[in-house]
Amino acid sequence: MDKSLQSEGNKLNVQDLIERNKQKTTFGQRIEKIIPWFLLFCAIISVLTTVGILFTLLRESIGFFSNVSMIDFYTGTNWSPWSGDYGVAPLIGGTLLITLIATVVAVPLGLMSAIFLSEYANDKVRRVIKPILEVLAGIPTVVYGYFALTFVTPMFQGIIPDLGIFNALSGGFVVGIMIIPMVASLSEDAMNSVPNALREGAYGLGATKLEVVYKVVLPAAFSGIVASIVLAISRAIGETMIVTIAAGATPNLTFDPTESIQTMTAFIVQAATGDTTFGSTIYYSLYAVGMTLFVFTLGMNLLAQYISRKFREEY
Amino acid sequence: MLGQNEEGIKKRMKGRVLKNKIMMGMFFLATSVGLVFLVLLFYRVLTQGIGYLSWDYLTSGPAPYPEEAGIWIGMIGSIMLMVIVAIFSVIVGVASAIYLEEYASQNKFTEFIRVNISNLAGVPSIVFGLLGLTFFVYMFNFGYTLIAGGLTMALLILPVIVVSAQEALRSVPIDLHQASLGMGASKWQTIARVILPAALPGILTGTIIALSRAIGETAPLIIVGAATAIYTLPDSLLAKYTVMPIQIYNWTGRPQEEWQFVAGAGIIILLAVLLLMNSIAVFIRNKFQQRL
Repeated sequence: MDKSLQSEGNKLNVQDLIERNKQKTTFGQRIEKIIPWFLLFCAIISVLTTVGILFTLLRESIGFFSNVSMIDFYTGTNWSPWSGDYGVAPLIGGTLLITLIATVVAVPLGLMSAIFLSEYANDKVRRVIKPILEVLAGIPTVVYGYFALTFVTPMFQGIIPDLGIFNALSGGFVVGIMIIPMVASLSEDAMNSVPNALREGAYGLGATKLEVVYKVVLPAAFSGIVASIVLAISRAIGETMIVTIAAGATPNLTFDPTESIQTMTAFIVQAATGDTTFGSTIYYSLYAVGMTLFVFTLGMNLLAQYISRKFREEY
Repeated sequence: MLGQNEEGIKKRMKGRVLKNKIMMGMFFLATSVGLVFLVLLFYRVLTQGIGYLSWDYLTSGPAPYPEEAGIWIGMIGSIMLMVIVAIFSVIVGVASAIYLEEYASQNKFTEFIRVNISNLAGVPSIVFGLLGLTFFVYMFNFGYTLIAGGLTMALLILPVIVVSAQEALRSVPIDLHQASLGMGASKWQTIARVILPAALPGILTGTIIALSRAIGETAPLIIVGAATAIYTLPDSLLAKYTVMPIQIYNWTGRPQEEWQFVAGAGIIILLAVLLLMNSIAVFIRNKFQQRL
């Protein structure tokens, strides 16, 4: 090496070395070229998942609607697939009833928790309470179902003696408890991002803390709060295990929360655990119901994104 | 005249301050409702299940009598499932995150991938079950097996892993990046030897949290057929299996009260596993957080 360097004298310079290096395609260089493609392929898997979900739901739903007319499915009010009645209204009604109860529980509690954490609690208290509250969001839903069936239902039976074992009330109530941290956490983020100058301006005018909350913080954080509520509702619509365990399996078009009902998700579980043969109409009905559920939750998620983008207040 | 006015203002002031105090109490009460139910839930599960918790319970499988039933098959099933989920979702998730953070240029296509990932996170888990049923169970013909369940769950938590890995990669200081490139390292060398090691604690934390979500997930596994009555451990990827949440669901649904105690004991184990996983995640986060 030294000799060749000497013999070539001053002719060899760094530029030549770089040129020589460029001409060799080493293993390392090949890796440099292949890796981005592999990474892109992995990134595309998430897109393929979405495509797969849409494809699955659409294809099997079309299979279903070749047996059962779409009009009967969406306008019928009797759901008993094992005797051939496919009117989805009772399942949608059940889902909406659960969602309504959950919203009535979670929105006031979640919002008030958010106000407390963001406006009233000092840093120390917030740092203790917020993570504990978020534990509620991490508990498996099957555990909530167990809790609803073995604790909340007997508790409500103490107040309403003729409440059945399976009822929409305790299912919806527990779903509400589950989504409290979602409302609280996201709303608190929205309230936290309201600049302090606005608050201090109101204090300077002599407002009490409560007046600042109502007249300054809540209006300023409005879009974030609404978005958090819509997202929580979407979670409640898609919730499965709690309602399967606690709300029963009786497709029932009712708005009486003490009755046993069945949600869209609970039907999917019931049909999947029963001996549903592949290719039967009931098998396809899983996907038609799943499709309806998917449209509901997707609609809510898009609405939440639209609200937080469109009505965001910039300070 | 002025004095009267002052009286009036003072009175109104008092009312407003009082209102503030009362509402503060209400806000605190509302916050404590969530906490109270959390305590009630833990208390209920503990008192119901503790009596059935024993070494025998940990080491025996399903049985027709509540006294003999145990969580062993489900627990090992859950662990095996999590290994499959972890392998698949970490490779794909971290690779996606690297692509989006380090390679992708800001164009319509990458924006589409980003939007798609955030929407995927909002799809109900049971819909993932239907996806798994069509593709993994029937189309790929895996049947109701460990691999079908594992792949379904991996897709379910993929968005969580991608987003947390992206955040971890983004938090690596740009100085490290530039220093490595300045020393003559290639792009991939920089990523593999500088960025990934620096982002590793963040990625690990996110992964463990995502896995702890998967280990308690029940609905999609019911759809892709995690059976309840399995008496032997799965011995291959194409074996039937069951997991803890499915067993708990099954026991909860039985009418005799003793089964509720069996389910309660199962929930204690499940919550203990979750607590362990989350503690590890918090430990990793605290241990490595200040380094950069």
